[in-house]
Amino acid sequence: MHYVIVGNSAAAIGAVEGIRSVDPNGRITLFSDEPYHTYSRPLISYYLFGKVTEDKMYYRPLDFYERQGVEARLGTKVSSLMLGEKMVVLESGESVSYDRLILATGGKPILPPMPGRELEGVSSFLKWEDVRGLEKTLFPGARTVVIGAGLIGLKAAEALVKRGAQVTVVELANRVLSAILDESAAAMVQESLEEHGVRFFLENTVSEILGTEGKVSGVRLQDGTVRECDRVVIAIGVSPNADLARNTELTLNRGVLVDEFMQTSVAGIYAAGDVAEGYDILYRQKRVLPILPNAYKQGFTAGVNVAGGSQSYRGGFAMNSIGFFDLPMITAGIVKPEGDEFTVMLAADKARRLYKKIVLREGKIVGFIALNQIDRAGILTGLMDKEVDVTPFQDDLLREDFGYVYFPKEYRQQQLLKGVLEGERS
Amino acid sequence: MKRVYAREEICGGCKLCEVHCAVAHSQYPNDIIKAFLKQKTKPIARILVEEGRPISFALQCRHCEDAPCTKACITGAMQKDPVTGIVANDETRCVGCWTCILVCPFGAIKRDESGHKVASKCDLCATVGGTPVCVQNCPNDALVFTDELWRR
Repeated sequence: MHYVIVGNSAAAIGAVEGIRSVDPNGRITLFSDEPYHTYSRPLISYYLFGKVTEDKMYYRPLDFYERQGVEARLGTKVSSLMLGEKMVVLESGESVSYDRLILATGGKPILPPMPGRELEGVSSFLKWEDVRGLEKTLFPGARTVVIGAGLIGLKAAEALVKRGAQVTVVELANRVLSAILDESAAAMVQESLEEHGVRFFLENTVSEILGTEGKVSGVRLQDGTVRECDRVVIAIGVSPNADLARNTELTLNRGVLVDEFMQTSVAGIYAAGDVAEGYDILYRQKRVLPILPNAYKQGFTAGVNVAGGSQSYRGGFAMNSIGFFDLPMITAGIVKPEGDEFTVMLAADKARRLYKKIVLREGKIVGFIALNQIDRAGILTGLMDKEVDVTPFQDDLLREDFGYVYFPKEYRQQQLLKGVLEGERS
Repeated sequence: MKRVYAREEICGGCKLCEVHCAVAHSQYPNDIIKAFLKQKTKPIARILVEEGRPISFALQCRHCEDAPCTKACITGAMQKDPVTGIVANDETRCVGCWTCILVCPFGAIKRDESGHKVASKCDLCATVGGTPVCVQNCPNDALVFTDELWRR
Protein backbone atom coordinates (compact mmCIF):
# COMPACT_ATOMS: atom_id res chain seq x y z
CA MET A 1 0.00 0.00 0.00
CA HIS A 2 1.41 3.37 -1.00
CA TYR A 3 0.05 6.42 0.75
CA VAL A 4 0.77 9.83 -0.70
CA ILE A 5 0.31 12.90 1.48
CA VAL A 6 0.43 16.38 0.01
CA GLY A 7 1.30 18.84 2.74
CA ASN A 8 3.60 18.93 5.75
CA SER A 9 1.85 20.78 8.55
CA ALA A 10 -0.50 19.74 11.37
CA ALA A 11 -3.00 17.84 9.19
CA ALA A 12 -0.27 16.01 7.26
CA ILE A 13 1.58 15.04 10.43
CA GLY A 14 -1.72 13.93 11.98
CA ALA A 15 -2.25 11.80 8.87
CA VAL A 16 1.17 10.17 9.24
CA GLU A 17 0.50 9.37 12.89
CA GLY A 18 -3.00 8.16 12.06
CA ILE A 19 -1.74 5.83 9.34
CA ARG A 20 0.98 4.45 11.61
CA SER A 21 -1.52 3.75 14.39
CA VAL A 22 -3.09 1.20 12.03
CA ASP A 23 -0.46 0.27 9.47
CA PRO A 24 3.15 0.22 10.69
CA ASN A 25 4.61 -0.88 7.38
CA GLY A 26 2.82 0.73 4.44
CA ARG A 27 4.86 3.05 2.26
CA ILE A 28 4.26 6.76 2.92
CA THR A 29 5.49 9.53 0.63
CA LEU A 30 4.96 13.11 1.72
CA PHE A 31 5.32 16.15 -0.53
CA SER A 32 5.82 19.71 0.60
CA ASP A 33 6.46 22.73 -1.56
CA GLU A 34 8.30 24.30 1.38
CA PRO A 35 11.87 23.12 1.98
CA TYR A 36 11.56 22.79 5.76
CA HIS A 37 11.19 19.91 8.16
CA THR A 38 7.63 20.06 9.54
CA TYR A 39 7.29 23.26 11.52
CA SER A 40 4.53 25.01 13.38
CA ARG A 41 2.86 27.79 11.45
CA PRO A 42 1.38 29.46 14.57
CA LEU A 43 4.92 29.94 15.86
CA ILE A 44 6.03 32.32 13.12
CA SER A 45 5.07 35.40 15.13
CA TYR A 46 7.08 34.06 18.09
CA TYR A 47 9.98 33.47 15.72
CA LEU A 48 9.81 37.02 14.41
CA PHE A 49 10.30 38.58 17.82
CA GLY A 50 12.84 36.05 18.90
CA LYS A 51 10.97 34.07 21.54
CA VAL A 52 11.24 30.89 19.50
CA THR A 53 14.55 30.09 17.85
CA GLU A 54 14.95 28.09 14.66
CA ASP A 55 15.52 24.78 16.45
CA LYS A 56 12.27 25.17 18.41
CA MET A 57 10.14 25.85 15.32
CA TYR A 58 9.81 22.19 14.44
CA TYR A 59 6.47 20.52 15.09
CA ARG A 60 8.05 17.10 15.49
CA PRO A 61 11.62 15.95 16.29
CA LEU A 62 14.13 16.02 13.46
CA ASP A 63 14.15 12.22 13.15
CA PHE A 64 10.35 12.14 12.76
CA TYR A 65 10.19 11.07 9.10
CA GLU A 66 12.85 8.45 9.62
CA ARG A 67 11.19 6.98 12.69
CA GLN A 68 7.78 6.95 11.03
CA GLY A 69 9.14 5.49 7.82
CA VAL A 70 8.11 8.46 5.71
CA GLU A 71 9.83 9.43 2.50
CA ALA A 72 9.63 13.20 2.81
CA ARG A 73 10.13 15.02 -0.44
CA LEU A 74 10.56 18.54 0.82
CA GLY A 75 10.75 21.50 -1.51
CA THR A 76 8.84 19.43 -4.07
CA LYS A 77 5.63 20.95 -5.35
CA VAL A 78 2.78 18.81 -6.59
CA SER A 79 1.35 20.66 -9.56
CA SER A 80 -1.65 18.55 -10.51
CA LEU A 81 -3.61 15.39 -9.82
CA MET A 82 -4.52 12.65 -12.26
CA LEU A 83 -7.25 10.91 -10.36
CA GLY A 84 -8.09 8.45 -13.12
CA GLU A 85 -4.52 7.19 -13.25
CA LYS A 86 -4.09 7.51 -9.48
CA MET A 87 -1.07 9.73 -9.91
CA VAL A 88 0.20 13.06 -8.68
CA VAL A 89 2.22 15.13 -11.10
CA LEU A 90 5.14 17.12 -9.76
CA GLU A 91 6.29 20.50 -10.96
CA SER A 92 9.31 18.80 -12.51
CA GLY A 93 6.99 16.77 -14.70
CA GLU A 94 7.64 13.55 -12.79
CA SER A 95 4.51 11.61 -11.90
CA VAL A 96 4.14 9.48 -8.79
CA SER A 97 1.45 6.85 -8.42
CA TYR A 98 -0.46 6.22 -5.22
CA ASP A 99 -2.95 3.78 -3.82
CA ARG A 100 -4.41 6.29 -1.37
CA LEU A 101 -4.11 10.06 -1.39
CA ILE A 102 -4.45 12.59 1.43
CA LEU A 103 -4.66 16.27 0.59
CA ALA A 104 -3.39 18.40 3.45
CA THR A 105 -2.35 21.45 1.49
CA GLY A 106 -3.51 23.95 4.09
CA GLY A 107 -4.52 27.51 3.41
CA LYS A 108 -3.20 30.41 1.46
CA PRO A 109 -3.39 34.10 2.24
CA ILE A 110 -6.21 36.09 0.73
CA LEU A 111 -4.52 38.79 -1.34
CA PRO A 112 -6.97 41.38 -2.59
CA PRO A 113 -6.23 42.86 -6.00
CA MET A 114 -4.95 46.17 -4.64
CA PRO A 115 -2.44 48.23 -6.59
CA GLY A 116 1.10 48.09 -5.21
CA ARG A 117 0.93 44.53 -3.86
CA GLU A 118 4.08 43.61 -5.76
CA LEU A 119 6.22 46.33 -4.17
CA GLU A 120 9.27 45.42 -2.14
CA GLY A 121 8.38 45.57 1.55
CA VAL A 122 4.93 43.98 1.16
CA SER A 123 4.46 40.54 2.66
CA SER A 124 1.86 38.15 3.93
CA PHE A 125 2.10 36.44 7.32
CA LEU A 126 1.42 32.76 7.01
CA LYS A 127 4.55 30.81 6.22
CA TRP A 128 7.98 30.69 7.82
CA GLU A 129 9.36 32.23 4.64
CA ASP A 130 7.19 35.32 5.17
CA VAL A 131 8.76 36.14 8.54
CA ARG A 132 12.26 35.11 7.49
CA GLY A 133 12.01 37.79 4.83
CA LEU A 134 10.60 40.36 7.24
CA GLU A 135 13.09 39.54 9.96
CA LYS A 136 16.09 40.23 7.77
CA THR A 137 14.99 43.65 6.64
CA LEU A 138 13.16 44.96 9.68
CA PHE A 139 14.81 47.88 11.44
CA PRO A 140 13.92 49.62 14.71
CA GLY A 141 11.30 52.26 14.16
CA ALA A 142 10.16 50.75 10.84
CA ARG A 143 6.73 52.17 10.10
CA THR A 144 4.58 49.15 9.40
CA VAL A 145 1.00 48.93 8.25
CA VAL A 146 -0.82 45.69 8.98
CA ILE A 147 -3.91 45.14 6.86
CA GLY A 148 -6.39 43.12 8.88
CA ALA A 149 -7.06 42.98 12.64
CA GLY A 150 -7.82 39.27 12.77
CA LEU A 151 -5.86 36.59 14.61
CA ILE A 152 -2.95 36.69 12.18
CA GLY A 153 -2.88 40.46 11.78
CA LEU A 154 -2.79 41.14 15.50
CA LYS A 155 -0.22 38.43 16.19
CA ALA A 156 1.89 40.08 13.49
CA ALA A 157 1.30 43.50 15.04
CA GLU A 158 2.37 42.27 18.48
CA ALA A 159 5.55 40.68 17.15
CA LEU A 160 6.38 43.79 15.13
CA VAL A 161 5.95 46.03 18.18
CA LYS A 162 8.23 43.73 20.15
CA ARG A 163 10.77 44.14 17.35
CA GLY A 164 10.61 47.89 17.73
CA ALA A 165 8.41 48.72 14.75
CA GLN A 166 5.77 51.45 14.74
CA VAL A 167 2.60 49.61 13.91
CA THR A 168 -0.65 50.76 12.37
CA VAL A 169 -3.48 48.30 11.85
CA VAL A 170 -6.21 48.89 9.28
CA GLU A 171 -9.39 46.83 9.54
CA LEU A 172 -12.56 46.81 7.51
CA ALA A 173 -14.81 45.59 10.35
CA ASN A 174 -15.97 47.80 13.22
CA ARG A 175 -13.75 46.00 15.74
CA VAL A 176 -10.63 43.93 16.16
CA LEU A 177 -10.84 40.11 16.10
CA SER A 178 -14.37 40.26 14.75
CA ALA A 179 -14.45 36.50 14.17
CA ILE A 180 -13.88 35.63 17.83
CA LEU A 181 -14.95 38.65 19.92
CA ASP A 182 -18.01 40.83 20.32
CA GLU A 183 -17.80 44.63 20.48
CA SER A 184 -17.29 44.89 24.26
CA ALA A 185 -14.44 42.39 24.44
CA ALA A 186 -12.87 43.73 21.25
CA ALA A 187 -12.80 47.24 22.70
CA MET A 188 -10.83 45.99 25.73
CA VAL A 189 -8.32 44.19 23.52
CA GLN A 190 -7.93 47.18 21.24
CA GLU A 191 -7.36 49.48 24.20
CA SER A 192 -4.67 47.18 25.54
CA LEU A 193 -2.90 47.06 22.18
CA GLU A 194 -3.12 50.84 21.89
CA GLU A 195 -1.35 51.11 25.24
CA HIS A 196 1.49 49.20 23.62
CA GLY A 197 1.66 51.70 20.82
CA VAL A 198 -0.46 50.11 18.10
CA ARG A 199 -2.58 52.57 16.16
CA PHE A 200 -5.91 51.45 14.69
CA PHE A 201 -8.01 52.51 11.72
CA LEU A 202 -11.29 50.62 11.86
CA GLU A 203 -14.06 50.50 9.26
CA ASN A 204 -11.43 51.43 6.77
CA THR A 205 -9.08 49.60 4.47
CA VAL A 206 -6.07 50.10 2.26
CA SER A 207 -7.15 50.92 -1.27
CA GLU A 208 -3.66 51.29 -2.65
CA ILE A 209 -0.10 50.60 -1.58
CA LEU A 210 2.12 53.45 -2.65
CA GLY A 211 5.73 53.06 -3.71
CA THR A 212 8.80 54.77 -4.97
CA GLU A 213 11.46 52.98 -7.00
CA GLY A 214 9.76 49.68 -6.49
CA LYS A 215 9.67 49.98 -2.69
CA VAL A 216 6.78 50.64 -0.34
CA SER A 217 6.50 54.27 0.68
CA GLY A 218 2.98 54.46 2.07
CA VAL A 219 -0.63 53.43 1.85
CA ARG A 220 -3.75 55.21 0.75
CA LEU A 221 -6.79 54.30 2.79
CA GLN A 222 -10.32 53.96 1.51
CA ASP A 223 -11.28 57.30 3.09
CA GLY A 224 -8.44 59.05 1.28
CA THR A 225 -6.01 59.24 4.21
CA VAL A 226 -2.41 58.72 3.15
CA ARG A 227 0.08 57.28 5.62
CA GLU A 228 3.75 56.92 4.97
CA CYS A 229 5.27 53.55 5.82
CA ASP A 230 8.21 51.25 5.18
CA ARG A 231 6.50 47.88 5.38
CA VAL A 232 3.07 46.45 4.70
CA VAL A 233 1.84 43.14 6.06
CA ILE A 234 -1.28 41.74 4.39
CA ALA A 235 -3.26 39.65 6.89
CA ILE A 236 -6.80 39.80 5.60
CA GLY A 237 -7.46 36.13 5.99
CA VAL A 238 -6.76 32.65 4.77
CA SER A 239 -8.63 30.59 2.21
CA PRO A 240 -8.33 26.87 1.48
CA ASN A 241 -5.40 26.06 -0.77
CA ALA A 242 -7.56 23.86 -2.96
CA ASP A 243 -5.97 24.58 -6.32
CA LEU A 244 -5.05 20.93 -6.84
CA ALA A 245 -8.66 19.88 -6.46
CA ARG A 246 -9.99 22.35 -9.01
CA ASN A 247 -11.03 20.90 -12.34
CA THR A 248 -11.03 17.38 -10.92
CA GLU A 249 -13.93 15.18 -9.84
CA LEU A 250 -13.41 16.26 -6.22
CA THR A 251 -16.38 18.23 -4.93
CA LEU A 252 -15.44 21.69 -3.77
CA ASN A 253 -17.28 24.35 -1.87
CA ARG A 254 -14.95 26.81 -0.18
CA GLY A 255 -12.75 23.87 0.66
CA VAL A 256 -12.63 20.24 -0.43
CA LEU A 257 -15.78 18.67 0.97
CA VAL A 258 -15.22 15.71 3.27
CA ASP A 259 -17.46 13.33 5.20
CA GLU A 260 -17.05 12.31 8.83
CA PHE A 261 -14.27 9.91 7.82
CA MET A 262 -12.47 12.76 6.00
CA GLN A 263 -13.06 11.06 2.68
CA THR A 264 -13.70 13.35 -0.26
CA SER A 265 -16.31 12.75 -2.94
CA VAL A 266 -13.85 10.37 -4.59
CA ALA A 267 -13.25 7.03 -2.87
CA GLY A 268 -9.68 6.57 -1.63
CA ILE A 269 -8.95 10.28 -1.57
CA TYR A 270 -9.04 12.09 1.73
CA ALA A 271 -8.60 15.72 2.75
CA ALA A 272 -7.84 17.29 6.12
CA GLY A 273 -6.97 20.60 7.72
CA ASP A 274 -7.37 24.09 6.34
CA VAL A 275 -7.98 22.82 2.81
CA ALA A 276 -10.91 20.64 3.88
CA GLU A 277 -14.48 21.54 4.61
CA GLY A 278 -15.92 19.27 7.26
CA TYR A 279 -18.90 19.51 9.56
CA ASP A 280 -19.31 22.26 12.15
CA ILE A 281 -21.43 20.84 14.96
CA LEU A 282 -22.52 24.29 16.18
CA TYR A 283 -23.44 25.93 12.89
CA ARG A 284 -24.82 22.55 11.81
CA GLN A 285 -23.37 22.80 8.34
CA LYS A 286 -20.11 22.18 6.54
CA ARG A 287 -17.54 24.87 7.18
CA VAL A 288 -13.83 25.40 6.82
CA LEU A 289 -12.32 25.50 10.34
CA PRO A 290 -8.78 26.74 9.84
CA ILE A 291 -7.43 26.05 13.32
CA LEU A 292 -4.61 23.74 14.30
CA PRO A 293 -6.48 21.40 16.68
CA ASN A 294 -9.04 20.71 13.98
CA ALA A 295 -6.33 20.16 11.37
CA TYR A 296 -4.52 17.61 13.47
CA LYS A 297 -7.68 15.72 14.40
CA GLN A 298 -8.93 15.65 10.82
CA GLY A 299 -5.51 14.54 9.65
CA PHE A 300 -5.30 11.77 12.21
CA THR A 301 -8.83 10.61 11.34
CA ALA A 302 -7.99 10.60 7.64
CA GLY A 303 -4.86 8.60 8.37
CA VAL A 304 -6.67 5.95 10.39
CA ASN A 305 -9.35 5.50 7.74
CA VAL A 306 -7.05 5.57 4.77
CA ALA A 307 -5.08 2.75 6.33
CA GLY A 308 -8.14 0.57 6.77
CA GLY A 309 -9.12 1.49 10.30
CA SER A 310 -12.44 3.04 11.17
CA GLN A 311 -12.68 6.30 13.01
CA SER A 312 -15.19 9.05 12.56
CA TYR A 313 -14.77 12.68 13.51
CA ARG A 314 -18.31 13.96 13.67
CA GLY A 315 -17.17 17.55 13.49
CA GLY A 316 -15.57 20.44 15.24
CA PHE A 317 -16.18 24.08 15.90
CA ALA A 318 -14.16 27.26 15.94
CA MET A 319 -11.99 27.67 19.04
CA ASN A 320 -9.00 29.81 19.77
CA SER A 321 -6.56 30.56 22.52
CA ILE A 322 -4.63 33.69 21.80
CA GLY A 323 -3.05 36.57 23.65
CA PHE A 324 -1.35 39.87 23.03
CA PHE A 325 1.29 41.11 25.43
CA ASP A 326 -0.16 40.17 28.82
CA LEU A 327 -3.79 39.85 27.82
CA PRO A 328 -4.84 36.25 27.14
CA MET A 329 -8.20 35.12 25.78
CA ILE A 330 -9.94 31.89 24.97
CA THR A 331 -13.03 31.82 22.78
CA ALA A 332 -15.12 29.17 21.08
CA GLY A 333 -18.16 28.71 18.92
CA ILE A 334 -20.88 31.28 18.40
CA VAL A 335 -19.83 34.43 20.27
CA LYS A 336 -22.22 36.96 18.76
CA PRO A 337 -25.51 35.15 18.39
CA GLU A 338 -28.42 36.49 16.42
CA GLY A 339 -31.87 35.05 16.98
CA ASP A 340 -34.35 34.16 19.72
CA GLU A 341 -33.05 30.68 20.30
CA PHE A 342 -29.96 31.92 22.14
CA THR A 343 -29.50 32.93 25.78
CA VAL A 344 -26.52 35.04 26.75
CA MET A 345 -24.86 35.15 30.19
CA LEU A 346 -22.42 37.94 30.85
CA ALA A 347 -19.92 39.08 33.47
CA ALA A 348 -17.67 42.04 32.78
CA ASP A 349 -15.21 44.19 34.69
CA LYS A 350 -13.96 46.87 32.38
CA ALA A 351 -11.31 48.23 34.74
CA ARG A 352 -9.62 44.85 35.10
CA ARG A 353 -10.34 43.95 31.47
CA LEU A 354 -12.18 40.85 32.54
CA TYR A 355 -14.96 39.63 30.32
CA LYS A 356 -16.84 36.39 30.26
CA LYS A 357 -19.73 35.65 27.97
CA ILE A 358 -21.47 32.33 27.61
CA VAL A 359 -23.97 31.62 24.83
CA LEU A 360 -26.57 28.90 25.30
CA ARG A 361 -28.96 27.26 22.87
CA GLU A 362 -31.46 24.57 23.83
CA GLY A 363 -29.82 24.28 27.25
CA LYS A 364 -26.36 23.67 25.81
CA ILE A 365 -23.33 25.90 25.58
CA VAL A 366 -22.68 26.88 21.97
CA GLY A 367 -20.13 29.62 22.47
CA PHE A 368 -18.09 31.61 24.96
CA ILE A 369 -15.59 34.39 25.34
CA ALA A 370 -13.17 34.30 28.27
CA LEU A 371 -11.00 37.40 28.25
CA ASN A 372 -8.20 37.72 30.77
CA GLN A 373 -9.64 34.90 32.90
CA ILE A 374 -8.93 31.82 30.89
CA ASP A 375 -8.13 29.28 33.57
CA ARG A 376 -10.08 26.04 33.17
CA ALA A 377 -11.89 27.40 30.11
CA GLY A 378 -11.52 23.96 28.54
CA ILE A 379 -14.27 22.69 30.83
CA LEU A 380 -16.67 24.86 28.81
CA THR A 381 -15.16 23.67 25.52
CA GLY A 382 -15.64 20.09 26.73
CA LEU A 383 -19.30 20.69 27.60
CA MET A 384 -19.79 22.12 24.11
CA ASP A 385 -18.04 19.23 22.44
CA LYS A 386 -20.08 16.64 24.35
CA GLU A 387 -23.26 18.70 23.92
CA VAL A 388 -24.07 18.41 27.62
CA ASP A 389 -27.33 19.91 28.85
CA VAL A 390 -26.07 22.46 31.38
CA THR A 391 -29.48 23.49 32.70
CA PRO A 392 -28.93 21.88 36.16
CA PHE A 393 -25.87 24.05 36.84
CA GLN A 394 -26.41 26.93 34.42
CA ASP A 395 -26.38 29.54 37.19
CA ASP A 396 -22.90 28.46 38.26
CA LEU A 397 -21.27 28.76 34.85
CA LEU A 398 -20.01 32.31 35.32
CA ARG A 399 -18.48 31.67 38.75
CA GLU A 400 -14.76 32.31 38.90
CA ASP A 401 -14.26 28.94 40.59
CA PHE A 402 -16.55 27.05 38.21
CA GLY A 403 -15.48 23.44 38.03
CA TYR A 404 -16.50 19.83 38.38
CA VAL A 405 -17.82 20.42 41.90
CA TYR A 406 -20.84 22.14 40.35
CA PHE A 407 -21.66 19.20 38.07
CA PRO A 408 -24.35 16.72 39.07
CA LYS A 409 -22.64 13.94 41.01
CA GLU A 410 -23.40 11.23 38.52
CA TYR A 411 -21.95 13.13 35.58
CA ARG A 412 -18.92 14.22 37.56
CA GLN A 413 -18.06 10.72 38.68
CA GLN A 414 -18.66 9.26 35.26
CA GLN A 415 -16.12 11.71 33.86
CA LEU A 416 -13.55 11.54 36.63
CA LEU A 417 -13.60 7.78 37.04
CA LYS A 418 -13.53 7.10 33.32
CA GLY A 419 -10.34 5.07 33.28
CA VAL A 420 -11.37 2.65 36.01
CA LEU A 421 -15.05 2.42 35.16
CA GLU A 422 -14.20 1.40 31.64
CA GLY A 423 -11.85 -1.19 33.11
CA GLU A 424 -9.09 0.04 30.89
CA ARG A 425 -5.88 -1.93 31.17
CA SER A 426 -2.46 -1.27 29.82
CA MET B 1 -2.71 2.60 33.12
CA LYS B 2 -2.50 3.59 36.75
CA ARG B 3 -4.14 6.90 37.49
CA VAL B 4 -4.98 8.89 40.59
CA TYR B 5 -8.65 8.76 41.58
CA ALA B 6 -10.30 10.89 44.20
CA ARG B 7 -12.87 9.64 46.71
CA GLU B 8 -14.93 12.73 47.23
CA GLU B 9 -16.90 11.22 50.13
CA ILE B 10 -13.85 11.15 52.37
CA CYS B 11 -11.80 14.08 51.10
CA GLY B 12 -11.50 16.61 53.91
CA GLY B 13 -10.39 19.41 51.64
CA CYS B 14 -7.13 19.90 53.58
CA LYS B 15 -5.16 20.59 50.38
CA LEU B 16 -2.09 18.74 51.62
CA CYS B 17 -1.99 17.14 48.17
CA GLU B 18 -1.56 20.59 46.64
CA VAL B 19 1.21 21.43 49.09
CA HIS B 20 3.15 18.24 48.49
CA CYS B 21 2.64 18.45 44.73
CA ALA B 22 3.97 22.01 44.69
CA VAL B 23 7.01 20.97 46.73
CA ALA B 24 7.74 17.91 44.60
CA HIS B 25 7.76 20.09 41.49
CA SER B 26 9.74 22.94 43.02
CA GLN B 27 13.47 23.59 42.98
CA TYR B 28 13.68 21.89 46.39
CA PRO B 29 11.64 18.72 45.92
CA ASN B 30 12.82 17.21 49.20
CA ASP B 31 12.50 20.22 51.43
CA ILE B 32 9.08 21.64 52.13
CA ILE B 33 10.45 24.63 54.04
CA LYS B 34 13.00 25.66 51.44
CA ALA B 35 10.54 25.15 48.61
CA PHE B 36 8.32 27.86 49.96
CA LEU B 37 10.95 30.08 51.55
CA LYS B 38 13.87 30.00 49.15
CA GLN B 39 12.32 29.64 45.73
CA LYS B 40 11.88 33.09 44.22
CA THR B 41 8.42 32.34 42.89
CA LYS B 42 5.72 30.49 44.75
CA PRO B 43 5.77 26.77 43.85
CA ILE B 44 2.75 25.78 41.76
CA ALA B 45 0.71 22.67 42.50
CA ARG B 46 -0.32 20.59 39.53
CA ILE B 47 -3.30 19.25 41.39
CA LEU B 48 -6.34 21.29 42.32
CA VAL B 49 -8.75 20.75 45.20
CA GLU B 50 -12.27 21.68 44.22
CA GLU B 51 -14.58 22.61 47.05
CA GLY B 52 -17.33 24.97 48.01
CA ARG B 53 -20.09 22.45 48.34
CA PRO B 54 -20.61 19.84 51.02
CA ILE B 55 -18.00 17.85 49.17
CA SER B 56 -14.45 18.40 48.00
CA PHE B 57 -12.04 16.42 45.89
CA ALA B 58 -8.69 16.73 44.19
CA LEU B 59 -8.41 16.82 40.43
CA GLN B 60 -5.38 16.52 38.18
CA CYS B 61 -4.59 15.52 34.61
CA ARG B 62 -6.50 12.34 33.75
CA HIS B 63 -3.84 11.29 31.22
CA CYS B 64 -6.65 10.70 28.72
CA GLU B 65 -6.41 7.83 26.27
CA ASP B 66 -7.31 10.23 23.49
CA ALA B 67 -5.68 13.29 25.03
CA PRO B 68 -7.03 16.46 23.35
CA CYS B 69 -4.10 18.57 24.60
CA THR B 70 -1.60 16.50 22.64
CA LYS B 71 -3.62 16.96 19.47
CA ALA B 72 -4.14 20.67 19.91
CA CYS B 73 -0.61 21.59 20.99
CA ILE B 74 0.81 24.02 18.46
CA THR B 75 4.46 23.27 19.19
CA GLY B 76 4.42 19.51 19.63
CA ALA B 77 5.57 19.93 23.24
CA MET B 78 2.58 18.08 24.73
CA GLN B 79 2.90 14.37 24.07
CA LYS B 80 1.48 11.13 25.43
CA ASP B 81 4.12 8.51 26.09
CA PRO B 82 3.07 5.45 24.08
CA VAL B 83 4.55 3.11 26.69
CA THR B 84 3.66 4.63 30.07
CA GLY B 85 0.56 6.52 28.93
CA ILE B 86 1.73 9.62 30.77
CA VAL B 87 0.86 12.91 29.11
CA ALA B 88 3.81 15.25 29.59
CA ASN B 89 4.71 18.74 28.48
CA ASP B 90 8.21 19.48 27.23
CA GLU B 91 8.60 22.84 28.92
CA THR B 92 11.61 23.76 26.80
CA ARG B 93 9.40 23.80 23.72
CA CYS B 94 6.17 25.13 25.25
CA VAL B 95 5.50 28.80 24.43
CA GLY B 96 2.56 29.33 26.79
CA CYS B 97 -0.08 29.81 24.08
CA TRP B 98 -2.64 28.05 26.33
CA THR B 99 -4.24 26.06 23.53
CA CYS B 100 -4.05 23.06 25.89
CA ILE B 101 -6.13 25.02 28.42
CA LEU B 102 -8.63 25.68 25.64
CA VAL B 103 -9.15 21.97 25.00
CA CYS B 104 -8.61 20.24 28.36
CA PRO B 105 -12.12 19.18 29.41
CA PHE B 106 -10.98 18.72 33.01
CA GLY B 107 -9.44 22.15 33.43
CA ALA B 108 -6.38 20.30 34.68
CA ILE B 109 -3.66 22.42 33.08
CA LYS B 110 -2.34 25.49 34.83
CA ARG B 111 -0.42 28.51 33.66
CA ASP B 112 3.06 28.77 35.11
CA GLU B 113 4.26 32.30 34.49
CA SER B 114 7.07 32.25 37.02
CA GLY B 115 9.71 31.91 34.34
CA HIS B 116 9.14 31.75 30.62
CA LYS B 117 5.41 31.00 30.32
CA VAL B 118 4.71 27.28 30.28
CA ALA B 119 1.77 24.97 30.76
CA SER B 120 2.06 23.12 34.04
CA LYS B 121 0.41 19.77 34.63
CA CYS B 122 0.49 16.52 36.55
CA ASP B 123 3.25 14.15 35.42
CA LEU B 124 2.21 11.40 37.87
CA CYS B 125 5.53 12.14 39.59
CA ALA B 126 7.14 10.12 36.82
CA THR B 127 10.55 11.59 37.55
CA VAL B 128 10.33 10.28 41.11
CA GLY B 129 8.78 6.95 40.23
CA GLY B 130 6.43 4.95 42.38
CA THR B 131 3.32 6.41 43.94
CA PRO B 132 2.62 10.09 43.24
CA VAL B 133 3.28 12.35 46.22
CA CYS B 134 -0.33 13.55 46.40
CA VAL B 135 -1.45 9.99 47.05
CA GLN B 136 1.40 9.27 49.49
CA ASN B 137 0.57 12.29 51.58
CA CYS B 138 -3.21 12.21 51.66
CA PRO B 139 -4.08 11.77 55.36
CA ASN B 140 -7.55 10.40 54.59
CA ASP B 141 -6.63 7.95 51.84
CA ALA B 142 -8.96 9.98 49.68
CA LEU B 143 -6.62 9.55 46.74
CA VAL B 144 -6.06 6.17 45.18
CA PHE B 145 -3.43 5.24 42.61
CA THR B 146 -4.73 2.27 40.67
CA ASP B 147 -5.59 0.62 37.41
CA GLU B 148 -8.10 -1.72 39.08
CA LEU B 149 -11.78 -1.61 38.40
CA TRP B 150 -12.85 0.21 41.50
CA ARG B 151 -15.99 1.96 42.58
CA ARG B 152 -16.34 4.35 45.52
